[in-house]
Amino acid sequence: MGKKVALMGNTATAHAIRQINPDVIAAYPITPSSDIPMAVASFIADGLMDTELVTVESEHSAMSACVGASAAGGRVMTITAAQGLALMSEIVYIASSLRLPIVTIIAARALSSPLNIHGDHSDVMEVRDAGWIQLFCEDSQEIYDSTIQAIKISENKNVLTPVMVIMDGFNTSHSVEIWEMEEDKRVKEFIGEYTPKYPLLDVSRKITYGAWAPPAEYSEHKVSQLHGLLQSPSMVKKVGEDFGKAFGRNYGIFEAYKLDDADYAIVIMGSAAGTAKDVVDALRENGVKAGLLKMRMFRPFPADEVKEALGNVKVVATLDRVISAGAYGSPLFNEIRSALYDVPQRPIVIDYIYGLGGRDTQPKHFKAVYENLKKIAKTGKVGKILDFINIRGKWEE
Amino acid sequence: MAFLNELAKREERLAPGHRLCPGCGQPIIVRALLNITDYEIVIAHATGCMEVCSGLFPYTSWRVPWIHSAFENAAATIAGAEAMYKVWKRKGKTDKDIKFVALASDGGTYDIGLQALSGALERWHNFLYVCIDNQAYQNTGVQRSSASPFGSNTTTTPVGKVKKGKEQPRKDIVSIAEGHHIPYVAQGSPHAWRDLMNKMKQGLEVEGPAYLNVIQPCCLGWRFPPDMTIEVARMSAETCVWPLYEVIDGAIKINYKPKKKLPIEEYFKMQGRFSHFLKPENKDMLKEAQRLTDKQWEWLLKREAAGL
Repeated sequence: MGKKVALMGNTATAHAIRQINPDVIAAYPITPSSDIPMAVASFIADGLMDTELVTVESEHSAMSACVGASAAGGRVMTITAAQGLALMSEIVYIASSLRLPIVTIIAARALSSPLNIHGDHSDVMEVRDAGWIQLFCEDSQEIYDSTIQAIKISENKNVLTPVMVIMDGFNTSHSVEIWEMEEDKRVKEFIGEYTPKYPLLDVSRKITYGAWAPPAEYSEHKVSQLHGLLQSPSMVKKVGEDFGKAFGRNYGIFEAYKLDDADYAIVIMGSAAGTAKDVVDALRENGVKAGLLKMRMFRPFPADEVKEALGNVKVVATLDRVISAGAYGSPLFNEIRSALYDVPQRPIVIDYIYGLGGRDTQPKHFKAVYENLKKIAKTGKVGKILDFINIRGKWEE
Repeated sequence: MAFLNELAKREERLAPGHRLCPGCGQPIIVRALLNITDYEIVIAHATGCMEVCSGLFPYTSWRVPWIHSAFENAAATIAGAEAMYKVWKRKGKTDKDIKFVALASDGGTYDIGLQALSGALERWHNFLYVCIDNQAYQNTGVQRSSASPFGSNTTTTPVGKVKKGKEQPRKDIVSIAEGHHIPYVAQGSPHAWRDLMNKMKQGLEVEGPAYLNVIQPCCLGWRFPPDMTIEVARMSAETCVWPLYEVIDGAIKINYKPKKKLPIEEYFKMQGRFSHFLKPENKDMLKEAQRLTDKQWEWLLKREAAGL
């Protein structure tokens, strides 16, 4: 049996990593994720795990050492955020292109400038097309559970694709919540042993990693890599179900919250989903048919399932915690709206940006979004396609 | 140290058919490295001439496990592989004695890769870093690097009507490596093959990090005929432009002292990149180049005499 504990999101992740006991972690500390490598170091110092912790001099070297260790044949993890993820982004692409199942924990944080250490999704959205699986987590329990699941998903022989397990910086990383920690032995049984396919350290095989590909070869490499990534949704589902059977908490590619008969829906990722669900509950008590879609797997984007989940809603608001500067719509908006374009009676979709650099988003803000959705449904008039939540002054395009 | 006829009988671990320029010194250096040891070797290679010419999908010249990731991270990549080896050793998953080597040229070492190199040396990974120094970004079209010598004509420090090549002296990377107080640091040259292979062997066998800087005369970028590579390398030692020395646990040993140190013109006149030095109007530049060379050489001699 697991036990209930009250610890921060970072600590929850650190315990998952202790239980996984990866072969190698190469990490460079950065707020708000630094607690994790610190906790790992103290677990190692106390003999509670025996991971090789490579305390590199930068995030660029962190991901580079992860690539070296993973290609060598190891189960490998790292932890980062914000500028750290941006600095390592060159090698983030290389990790997925070499099909190395590296699991990276991210306490998502705003990108400079201005310098801001607080939560938003600018960092993870910058690398959304890097060929990694991206799992967004709502709370400490989900980050703990998803960290464990990510190992199994990434190492699946048909997938062999790295995974980012994402929590919101400070909102989740530094919040003390009650969550259930499973027994070490059962977690180890769940993830099993890792058998690398092409380890460099198997010197009898003399593997070449990273040969360059001219125009006559490059496309096929990228297509083959994409095939691997697209194998992952079924594994994300399967591992989420297996996890539910083992530990009683089921996970899918998203959570449809009171969506079955909903007329108005918010689509959101990360910690704010919890607040939004409370608002849905309150609205439901007043007879408003509100619902919510909490995306867990943003990459690869599950368009078919989204169509199914949102196809009968009247008006949808996507809530992004990032500015995709100069784009026609934010990342989540673009994905959702594009997926819904194929639905015959497609819902109206509007775009909100919230929570940048740790800006608070409260129940009243979600309530106002639902009010606007109701108004749009009633009048048929959309008004602003894009708006900002909780900023001073008004957003005018 | 083995004799040449014994070395020649060993298995070639770099396959023929690579795409390097005729006259390139890089395969000479790499073959020496792979030839000198019976250890299994795992290589992390930075982006550069040797990398692009030896690993073009679907071919590979490497008969050892080899990984190329990016330009600036060979040291960090090999650090990860070496960390993983410790795990396999501890868990009894391998009974092989494997040595880890990072290969890069001066761009991936002196410049964009310096941070990763410094980090890996400081963390004391058990690996040999070999910088194959051709003194400019030759692979991308002969742009200057911090390894390019004073006054050299590169495509980003061209000799024109006003400017006369690179305005700064080269970076002393060997001293930077020494500053990490690692057990073995050396500088070698392919013309002194026995000395070079000794250094490679020591670098592989020493416990902890080792750094080896090897001159790689580039016939394309330095502009000399492709059959002169070894002669140009030899002249770099005869003029003391490229001293052959090693630093073992902090103490220097100069491996070659020319009986008669030749003037720098002898080295410059072999190479198009220095041809402007020989014009009468640039005699001050030539003096300055000689002064820089002498200063470095005398400093090494003083260190050796003092046992430092």
